[in-house]
Amino acid sequence: MHWFILKRLLVVPFMLFIFSIISFVLIQAPPGDFLTSYIAELTQGGSSVDQAQIDALRQTYGLDRPMVEQYFTWIGRMLQGDLGVSLEWNRANSELIGERLLLTLLLTTFSLLFTWAVAIPIGIISATRKYSLVDYVFTVLNYIGLATPNFLLALVLMWIAFDRFGLSVTGLFSPEFAQAPWSWARVADLMSHIWLPMIVLGVAGTAQIARVVRANLLDELGKPYSEMARAKGLPEWKLVLKYPTRVAIAPVVSTLGWYFPQLLSGGVVVSVVMSLPTIGPLLLRALVGQDMYLAGVIILLFSVLTVIGTLVSDILLAVLDPRIRMDGA
Amino acid sequence: MQQTPTAPDAGATAPDPARRFERVGEPILSIRGLKTHFTMDEGVVRAVDGVSFDLHAGEVVGVVGESGCGKSITMKSVLRLVQKPGRIVAGEIIYRRPASGKHKALEVDLAKLPEAGRRIRQIRGGDIALIPQEPMASFSPLHSIGSQIVEAILLHQDVSKREAKEIAIEKLREVGMPSPEQRFDAYSWQLSGGLRQRAIIAMALSCNPAILVADEPTTAIDVTTQAQVLELLKQLQREHGSSIVFITHDLGVIAQLADHVVVMYLGRVMEQGPVHDIFHRPRHPYTRALLQSVPSLHAEPRIQLPTVAGSIPHPLQRPTGCPFHPRCPDAMPGRCDVAMPALYAAPGGSPVACFLHHDHEEADDG
Ligand SMILES: Nc1ncnc2c1ncn2[C@@H]1O[C@H](COP(=O)(O)OP(=O)(O)OP(=O)(O)O)[C@@H](O)[C@H]1O
Ligand SMILES: [Mg+2]
Repeated sequence: MHWFILKRLLVVPFMLFIFSIISFVLIQAPPGDFLTSYIAELTQGGSSVDQAQIDALRQTYGLDRPMVEQYFTWIGRMLQGDLGVSLEWNRANSELIGERLLLTLLLTTFSLLFTWAVAIPIGIISATRKYSLVDYVFTVLNYIGLATPNFLLALVLMWIAFDRFGLSVTGLFSPEFAQAPWSWARVADLMSHIWLPMIVLGVAGTAQIARVVRANLLDELGKPYSEMARAKGLPEWKLVLKYPTRVAIAPVVSTLGWYFPQLLSGGVVVSVVMSLPTIGPLLLRALVGQDMYLAGVIILLFSVLTVIGTLVSDILLAVLDPRIRMDGA
Repeated sequence: MQQTPTAPDAGATAPDPARRFERVGEPILSIRGLKTHFTMDEGVVRAVDGVSFDLHAGEVVGVVGESGCGKSITMKSVLRLVQKPGRIVAGEIIYRRPASGKHKALEVDLAKLPEAGRRIRQIRGGDIALIPQEPMASFSPLHSIGSQIVEAILLHQDVSKREAKEIAIEKLREVGMPSPEQRFDAYSWQLSGGLRQRAIIAMALSCNPAILVADEPTTAIDVTTQAQVLELLKQLQREHGSSIVFITHDLGVIAQLADHVVVMYLGRVMEQGPVHDIFHRPRHPYTRALLQSVPSLHAEPRIQLPTVAGSIPHPLQRPTGCPFHPRCPDAMPGRCDVAMPALYAAPGGSPVACFLHHDHEEADDG
């Protein structure tokens, strides 16, 4: 097991190196750079462009150097913990990203836990009561959940909350807490807001995972080891949870790594609709404005999260399945 | 060597003449008129359609028949392991547990017990243990074999975890598992087929069940290992005097192990009796056909082995009358295709379901 984890850990820096190159190439891909769009904006606004200032900026950011050199300057700074400065906002990237990253992580984790906590039991109930009324009800709900775009669900829920209860459920904080420093009251306020986006972001995944768990579990329940456990005299629910479920949830666990990037891209519209201070809209804006260092940092951060997610899912899978564990040893 | 229907050559597959089992007293397990049907959209599959036989304490009953004739479903019905859409629709399964050190005597109709209830769960594994048909896949690949055996022990015996582990290791040693202490922590996929089968047998034996149900325990392993596992089962049976229902489609295995034979066809018992009678004086044409299809050591090597003529009907298209009549060399038109012969024992004889031997018809065919 230790070997297994160590081997996985050793791959991490290598993967991050690859991801950082890909991120860098991606943000460089569109024609022009930030300064060209900046100059265009300024000239359009009628301001004169201070050539000296622009040259200074070009030099500071190394925009006049070759790509490879630019990359190494960039990654070198990152490694020293300097995430750079947003060209558009003229603020430190770390400052811009900081709280948004935290809130995004929190929201993602919550919706992931929500998804698993709801989907796995539904999958188990559906599989063990195949073709019963409950199973049909869950199947219908699953289809609805899969077919509803999450921003639409967000709009509907927001409308219901507003129309019925007079609640404004946008954002992750009440206005008085939005800019306040962290305190227990602010955490409590966050918790009272986070459940709605958590559900909105989690519903589609819940429906999907419930279907996967149901199908897998049905397969496993028919296998001889399930029957053997029954023949030993094990109570049904204990048997289901101990043996086939453990096999059936493995594919679910293995999707953990994709969860962050998926929510990042899939959640942007929801974040805009619900005015969530998450990182998705910031990335969108950075990409539109060619604020390449900000965009690069965000993409890289999510690569890191994906790598960590994959690592965690690999470890969880190894805990679940000795065949994986021993294979790595 | 010429083989004729009336004098089948039992050859090397004949049972050991020295072995005789005298049935005395009440059977430990009595199956009477058991019917287990699967209700599906396409129709009703009568997987088990009126099966009756007895198992006495210390006896090995061999259940034999071609694939799909309902051997496994019969024994799954006894353990109440039949899954939907299957259902026991009629019959009794009387289990009589003799009083022993820790248990009171018990007489219960297993067919009437609630399927997921406490009582049947205590009997499963504790009183009646299964050696399954697919030993390869019968251990969970995610749990060590030791933990799965310990689980069975803890379910049925009042012992601590540590004692359970000792019992498990002891049982593994008893079935000839090399270095059982280390193998205790092994996973099933780390063991060879033969060792896996031994581990399964150890698990079945772990709670000292009164009855062992061995469902073709050797079909999935290679021939040499088969012989070893059979030898092990024989030896365990001799030492413990176990009562075993041994399911197989291999009459050679029956000859080696069984005291009493039940011949099944399409969910029905065609004939049953002591192993010597079945091998030397088979009465039902189906039994004779089965015996002819058994290879014998005395037979010339290259001759084509006769198989039972014709093929097994589709489960949903049962023939009328006796289910075997379309394949039967001795079928009597107007009789066998019209009425179902009852499983009837003439005084002093053993039961056979064939109009060649008696005129009793099955009364109820519902
Ligand atoms: N789940 C099921 N649904 C419908 N029919 C079934 C089901 N399980 C078994 N059957 C039917 O029951 C019949 C008897 O099956 P069973 O498994 O008892 O045969 P068997 O004698 O053990 O054969 P084998 O030697 O191949 O193990 C089969 O013909 C099959 O059609
Ligand atoms: Mg079978």
